[in-house]
Amino acid sequence: MSTSSSNSRVPAIAAVAAGLVGLSLVLIFFVAPEDADQGISQKIFYFHVPIALTAYACFGWGALKALLYLWRREERYDLESYVGIHQGTIFGALTLVTGSIWARASWGVWWAWDSNQLVLFLVLFLFYSAYFMLRFSVEEGPRRANFCAVYALFGVALIPVSFLAIRLAEDFIHPTVFTRDGPQMSGTMFFTFCVAWAGMTALAYALYRVELVGKRLDANLRDLREALTT
Amino acid sequence: MSGGDYLAAAYTVVLVTILLYVVIIAAKLTRLERQTAELAELARRRTDG
Repeated sequence: MSTSSSNSRVPAIAAVAAGLVGLSLVLIFFVAPEDADQGISQKIFYFHVPIALTAYACFGWGALKALLYLWRREERYDLESYVGIHQGTIFGALTLVTGSIWARASWGVWWAWDSNQLVLFLVLFLFYSAYFMLRFSVEEGPRRANFCAVYALFGVALIPVSFLAIRLAEDFIHPTVFTRDGPQMSGTMFFTFCVAWAGMTALAYALYRVELVGKRLDANLRDLREALTT
Repeated sequence: MSGGDYLAAAYTVVLVTILLYVVIIAAKLTRLERQTAELAELARRRTDG
């Protein structure tokens, strides 16, 4: 598939994302029932958890593209890996901020250092934040792409650790909504969550594609300028 | 602060971040548009000259 034909799908992806996010907002505020324990602040869950899952997916996507770069040595995978990790960092920052607000509303504190899942997610976020320091401290070229790809692959090991931390450490502070017995919520709540998750994933993918188009255009213009001025 | 205030704060953070992202992308597109115009002008001059 050519790049230009795949780019033509970006408005459709963005429209799907806007539709799903809009639908999820309607479901969250007008359909999903209020939680008996936490009250209205529990509705933060519908965005906080999908944002966190999307951050994991973006980091995983970035690592997959890094692996493809190391395997096939095609430059485009380096750019795709970078954009995926960039999206993951944005969604990771949103996870930390929305989680902190929810923690304050539910537990009365902005942060709990004794919660393994919170700390491991922070470690994952800081690890991938440092990726940009590495990327922008090395001169552009195959050497930088190799460093970045290996770094991105190391980081992906933290994802399952962060995800499973709460179950492995029997952390009682951070809630476990999804257990082996299924989701611990009503059918309406679960449906709302699924729509919000789909919306957030579609939004991340739309932003990923838009950023990728911008970066490729930037690179093409640089090449064109070089060709015209020499 | 009530639960509703925290809920509004969380959703506002998400909305503002997405809007900020759109603003950054818009600024970048404006820069790319300007650069494209400059290159088109450069190419035109080369063809004429």
